[in-house]
Amino acid sequence: MTKTHVTTTINGEVIEFLCEPSDTLLAVLRNELQLTGTKEGCGSGDCGSCSVTIDGRLVCSCLVLGVEAEGVEIGTVEGVADKDKLHVIQEKFLEHAALQCGICTPGLIVSAKALLDENPEPTEEEARYYLAGNLCRCTGYDKIIRAVMDSAEVMRGDAQS
Amino acid sequence: MSEAREYKYIGQRTVRPDGFDKVTGRAAFGADLSLPGMIWGKILRSPYAHASIKSIDTSKAEAHPDVMAVVTYQDYPAVSSGGFEPGDGPTDLRDLARNVLADDKALYHGHAILAIAARTEAAAEKALSLVDIDYEVLKPVMDVADAMQPDSAVLHADLFTKGLAEQPENPSNIATRMELKKGDIEAGFAAAEVVVERDFYTPTVHQGYIEPHATTVRYDDDGQSMVWCSTQGHFDVRASTAKLLSMDLGKLKVIASEIGGGFGGKTTVYLEPVALMLSKKSGRPVKMTMTRDEVFRASGPGSATRSTVKIGAKKDGTITAMQAKLCYEAGAFKGSPMGPGCMTVFTPYDVENIYIEGYDVVVNKPKVAAYRAPGAPQAEFAAEMVINELADELNIDPIELRLQNAAKEGTQTVYGPKLKAVGLVECLEAAKNSPHYKQALPKNQGRGLAAGFWFNIGGQSSVVINMNPDGTGTIVEGNPDIGGSRASMQLMAAEELGIDVSKLNPIVADTEHVPYSATTGGSRTTFATGMAVIEAARDVVQQMKERAASVWNVTTEQVDWADGVAINMTSDDRLTAAEICRGAERTGGQISGRGNINARGAGPSFAVHLCDVEVDKETGKVDVVRYTAIQDAGKAIHPSYVEGQYQGGAAQGIGWALNEEYIYNEDGVMENAGFLDYRIPLASDLPMIDTIIVEVPNAFHPFGVRGVGETGIVPPLAAVATAISDSIGVRMTHLPCSPPRVLKAIQDAS
Repeated sequence: MTKTHVTTTINGEVIEFLCEPSDTLLAVLRNELQLTGTKEGCGSGDCGSCSVTIDGRLVCSCLVLGVEAEGVEIGTVEGVADKDKLHVIQEKFLEHAALQCGICTPGLIVSAKALLDENPEPTEEEARYYLAGNLCRCTGYDKIIRAVMDSAEVMRGDAQS
Repeated sequence: MSEAREYKYIGQRTVRPDGFDKVTGRAAFGADLSLPGMIWGKILRSPYAHASIKSIDTSKAEAHPDVMAVVTYQDYPAVSSGGFEPGDGPTDLRDLARNVLADDKALYHGHAILAIAARTEAAAEKALSLVDIDYEVLKPVMDVADAMQPDSAVLHADLFTKGLAEQPENPSNIATRMELKKGDIEAGFAAAEVVVERDFYTPTVHQGYIEPHATTVRYDDDGQSMVWCSTQGHFDVRASTAKLLSMDLGKLKVIASEIGGGFGGKTTVYLEPVALMLSKKSGRPVKMTMTRDEVFRASGPGSATRSTVKIGAKKDGTITAMQAKLCYEAGAFKGSPMGPGCMTVFTPYDVENIYIEGYDVVVNKPKVAAYRAPGAPQAEFAAEMVINELADELNIDPIELRLQNAAKEGTQTVYGPKLKAVGLVECLEAAKNSPHYKQALPKNQGRGLAAGFWFNIGGQSSVVINMNPDGTGTIVEGNPDIGGSRASMQLMAAEELGIDVSKLNPIVADTEHVPYSATTGGSRTTFATGMAVIEAARDVVQQMKERAASVWNVTTEQVDWADGVAINMTSDDRLTAAEICRGAERTGGQISGRGNINARGAGPSFAVHLCDVEVDKETGKVDVVRYTAIQDAGKAIHPSYVEGQYQGGAAQGIGWALNEEYIYNEDGVMENAGFLDYRIPLASDLPMIDTIIVEVPNAFHPFGVRGVGETGIVPPLAAVATAISDSIGVRMTHLPCSPPRVLKAIQDAS
């Protein structure tokens, strides 16, 4: 089988890779590019652990082919913090203890950021439905939702100042 | 002994020390390690729920150019049946071996038959399809009630029921019968004025950790082999894997990756002994990961149960007799949590006459693994439903009925010891006084309440605290951090040392770098490993005092220690921990404290949950609209993570009560092996989950800690089902209360 050459942008960095036509974007990120912050929980788009953005749109990277990355901009959890400076959402997840085991956390942070980029002032219900594609088995979501709502408030304040 | 004192660090809501790595994607989980030259292993699984394996032909697979090793059961040294203790509980080694890879029988759909390692994952998958296996398909036994019938097909020709008065002549699917009793059950029921008896069913459920099982290994013939894996107990992975491959423990290093959830399901081995054998045969590092489908079909579900509970009381609410028959599915091999089910079922009640019988029964489903308070949710669901019905019959408030009969200090348990100080009464009082219980229920809603009990355990833990020359310290522990325990260890060490948490770095070491530590399970880590941390910290303090004494030329008894500072009681001179560490070179070398313990005195934990639901009478869909979890923590070291355990247990229990179940077809094939159809709660399914932390100190822990991880999953099943019953006016006795079942109950009643 001939591998396909793909040029893409990941977290602002131009990246080239070779992949099989059948390789998922998730497999490319994890196995070819060693970007293992994006997790695989199901491989069928049901758990959201592999959430990334493509041109700003939230997707499950297990449902996207590697070859589809050609010419797009991909955002992964590795690009959320600014080097060692955490994003507000990341800080709030820690402050609210919104993670226990942490496996769903990268996906949730990518999704929560996508939510707040789209809708800076979500109601609790809107936040719960937006994040319904990200399964967490540890927390019961209470502290996650609190962290997201608190992040939204801080980010709105930052935007105004 | 528990000490009454003011705390400086305990009880603070600090940021967990591993937090940065966890929110940035840096933390390395089971599937995140790759090694140079690594190849991929995949497992061929049985397409039948019950079949004899007549022959296996792997020649075509072995001829595939990318295939580097094929492993079957025959590649392992022979093992005999018998007790083997990888960790806290006994495991039958032969059962373990045959679950890892089938011998001559496939005992559930998805049972591992053989494994292939190839250059790529795709090639390994392809090679699996080249294997020819001749099966003789047998009738699957899929329900505990069927399995117990005398004419049932039998899974194991060599399984004879234990616990019977007479040695049985024929093999059976019933592995064990157990009986627990107290007082005179017949006299108890004779004294009762009201008796309620019901049959209950709970389905097979999965722990549902989001991270599938994963491992990367490297076998080394001459030196030391390495296993990296996601596990709750890497020392137990080492014990099991070394035993199955007949290796010395010292020749195998197991590194626990970060763990993406376990809930008891990552306390055994599936992939590790297979991957290591593939590595041995291929001479290459091997990586294996399970798909979600494999996780459902072939790893640790929780037992399905059928049970009958009968309780009698006087009209004044005094319970006179409690009786239960509890039948647990073990899956393909013996060893369900029937025992703890029998021991916990009535423990919230101080009642004179109790009779319990339990059955551990094999069926053609995956071998069950521990699942958060193993066995207790199923049994206590049945008991709490009957207690609530009894409260209705007696027209007594369910909290008052429980208070009237509540277990307390001195209550004789049916399984042995008398209870020490416990917090059930305090939890019930807190429930009664909660804003939730005081709020009148809107007309279209139903309310349910249930209590729950779990023992919690102690056991072996090892901790080393290494002080650095600048006065910072590293806390080396051996328990995978599954829910923030590093933060608890840091807080407890800071409290004892008087050194700020920011100066103390907890790490989870591999099997080479810290002595044996039992699995992160049984709600033991903050209790037992915490005690080891305290002991290690006290060892450090003692050595600091000795060093200070040598500097001041006084005796150690003349040195006091407060807030991280040594005080010369003869002169009031002071030396900080950092100064002592900086000067350690001149006083005898660096300082390191040890705490290698076998912790006794785990404090049982009781909980009470309150649940309000709204039922859509046209579809049977249930919405949980309000939920409060109340539980005794003894002492909450890090309150946020204690609350998190309560909330997580409640959510998992709500899923169990409402939607989660293995759905099998007539061939014994699970039809919903994915998160789309095996529906765990989503963010949009749940309300905020309110918590109340009750603190009745455990007298056997220096800070009063009780484990908190498991009890929280016990009450939700009955709390939710009672709320639904309250809403629709029909007693719900079968879980899950999924829309079709609730709708049918509504329709049958009208």
